[in-house]
Amino acid sequence: MLTDAQPVADGLVAVVKRDCPTCRLVAPVLAQLNAAGVPLTVYSQDDPTFPEGLAPVDDTALAVSYRLEIEAVPALLRLQQGRVVDRLAGWSRADWEALTGVAGLGPGLPHYRPGCGSRSVEPGIAEELAARYGGARLRSRRIPLGELEDEIEACYARGWTDGLPVVPPTRERVLRMLEGTSRDPAEGVAVVPPDLVACTVEKVAINAVLAGCRPEYLPVVLAAVEAACTDTFNVHGLLATTYAASPVVIVNGPVTRAIGMNAGINALGQGNRANATIGRALQLVVRNVGGGRPGEVDRATLGQPGKYTFCFAEDEEGSPWEPLSVERGLPADASAVTLFAGEGPRVVMDQLSRTPESLARSLAWCLRTIAHPKLVLAFDAFVVVSPEHARVFRDASWTKARLREELHALLTIPGEELVRGAGGCTEGMPDELVGTSLPKFRPDGVWFVHAGGPAGLFSTIIGGWGAGYTGSRPVTREVTR
Amino acid sequence: MSTRELLDPTAERTPARRERAPRPPALDGLTVGLLDIAKARGDVFLDRIDALLTARGLRIVRFRKPTFAKVLPAELADQISSRCQVVVEALAD
Repeated sequence: MLTDAQPVADGLVAVVKRDCPTCRLVAPVLAQLNAAGVPLTVYSQDDPTFPEGLAPVDDTALAVSYRLEIEAVPALLRLQQGRVVDRLAGWSRADWEALTGVAGLGPGLPHYRPGCGSRSVEPGIAEELAARYGGARLRSRRIPLGELEDEIEACYARGWTDGLPVVPPTRERVLRMLEGTSRDPAEGVAVVPPDLVACTVEKVAINAVLAGCRPEYLPVVLAAVEAACTDTFNVHGLLATTYAASPVVIVNGPVTRAIGMNAGINALGQGNRANATIGRALQLVVRNVGGGRPGEVDRATLGQPGKYTFCFAEDEEGSPWEPLSVERGLPADASAVTLFAGEGPRVVMDQLSRTPESLARSLAWCLRTIAHPKLVLAFDAFVVVSPEHARVFRDASWTKARLREELHALLTIPGEELVRGAGGCTEGMPDELVGTSLPKFRPDGVWFVHAGGPAGLFSTIIGGWGAGYTGSRPVTREVTR
Repeated sequence: MSTRELLDPTAERTPARRERAPRPPALDGLTVGLLDIAKARGDVFLDRIDALLTARGLRIVRFRKPTFAKVLPAELADQISSRCQVVVEALAD
C-alpha cells in the first residue's frame, strides 16, 4: 500500500479504476503513451492489476488520489517538481493530445467520453480520507474518550460548553469545517483574552464545530474573533465587567445571503442556524481558548441571554440607508462583521408617528433610559430600525446623519436634570454640571441598522457598555474566505 | 481502550487526562481505608488484607458501599477522604 509520504513521480500521471467504462476505454491509449516512451505512472483505485501490462501502482487506499485531489477518472495530470501543472478528466482526444504532446491517440475511439466519479470523493469515503490523510495538518491535542463515555457528556465534563449541548469536535468534523476557509489551520487569528492565548484558525474551527456552525460560516466566525480581540473592542474588559454586556455581531454584505442569515422576521430571535451558531462560536472561543468563564474572569452580576449568542444580519435591500459596513468604511460589495458591546435588546413601540420628527422623539425618550436616564456619555447605542419605522424616515428623505442630528438635539439635557439628587434620585452626574448641558451620547455613539419583519411599528435598542477609549468601541472587519 | 477521540478546543493548559495521585513512598503512620463495594465475598479479601496490615502496625478503617450497583455516595467519599490517606478497594464475585 502506498503511504501519504511516498512522492508521486514527475511526468504524466494517470489515475483510473476498472469499474469505470471510460477508464477501460482509454486503457489502450495509456499503453500507446507507454510504448511511445512518455514517462507515465498509472495509479489504480480499485484493482491493482488494471490496466494490464502497465505496471499500475496500487492506490486502493486512495492516498495518492486524495493528495492529487482527483474528482473524476480517468484523470491525466502532468507533474513538475512534485507539483501538478496540468490536469484533465474523462476522455477527449484533443485534450489528451494537447496535454501529452503525442498525436494520433486512441484511433478508433470516439472523440469524447465523460469519466466517472473518483472513489476518493464518494460520500463516506471522502470524510474518512480527510481524517486519515488530512489529519496530519491538525495540531490540536487529541482527547481520548472512555469506552463507555457519551460524546456529548464528555464535552460537558471537560468544561467546553456554555450550558447547552455542543457538537463533539471529531477530526472529521473539524477537517470539514476547515474546508470553509482558504486559510492554513496553523495560521494565527488573534490573541484571545483573558489568558492571552495565540489562537489559530484550527482552534476557531474546533469551536465552530462545537457551536454547530456549517463550514461556510467559518470565515464570518474568524472575522468576528479578529474583531473581538482588538484593543479597540476590548473583549477582555467586556468579559470581566460586572455589567450585562457582551459581543453583538452584526453581519453585512453578500455573505449574509450566501449562508442564509436572517435579517427579516425574528432577526434577533431564534431559529436561524447561521445567526445562532456564529455568535455562539465567538463566545465559545472566548470561553475555551481565552479561558473566559463565568465566575472566574467573567464577573457579570446578572449577565443576559445574549451571552449565549447574539448575531444577526442587516436587511440591506429594504433599507432607506447605506449598510452599516459601508458607513464604517468598507466597499458596498464587501462582506463584513461589526462587533458592538451590547446589552439585551429592548423594544421601542410607536404605532402612531408618521413624521420623522415624532418618531425621533419616541426613539430619543427610550434611548435616554439606557443604563439610567440621568447618566450620559458613558454608553453607546445601536438602534435596529424595523422596515415599518424605516419607511417613515425614507418617505421624509431623512438620512442617518439627519436622524443623528435630531437625536443629538433631543438628547442634549440640562445639567440640572442630570445631577445627583435631581428628581429626588441620588444617582446622577456630578454637581458641577449645573448650568451646562450634556448630550446623552458621544458624537459617534449612536448607530442605525435596518432589520426585522415587514409588519410591526417597533424598533429595538441595544444599549452599550463603557463607551469610548476606556471601554469598548465598535469594530468592523471584512469577511474573506 | 476506546479509539474515539475529540480535538481539544481549549488552549491546552490542563492535562488531557487527570493524573493519579502520587503513591506514598511508605505506609508508616498512614491510615488505610478498606472499602467493601458490597459485592459478594469482597469482605473475605478485605478481612485478610486487614489482618496483614494490622500485623504491620497500621491503622485500618473499614467502609462499605450500600450497593455495588451505584456510585459511591458523596458522604461516604467525604468520610473516606477525611479519615484516610490510602484506600484499598475490593472487587470480588
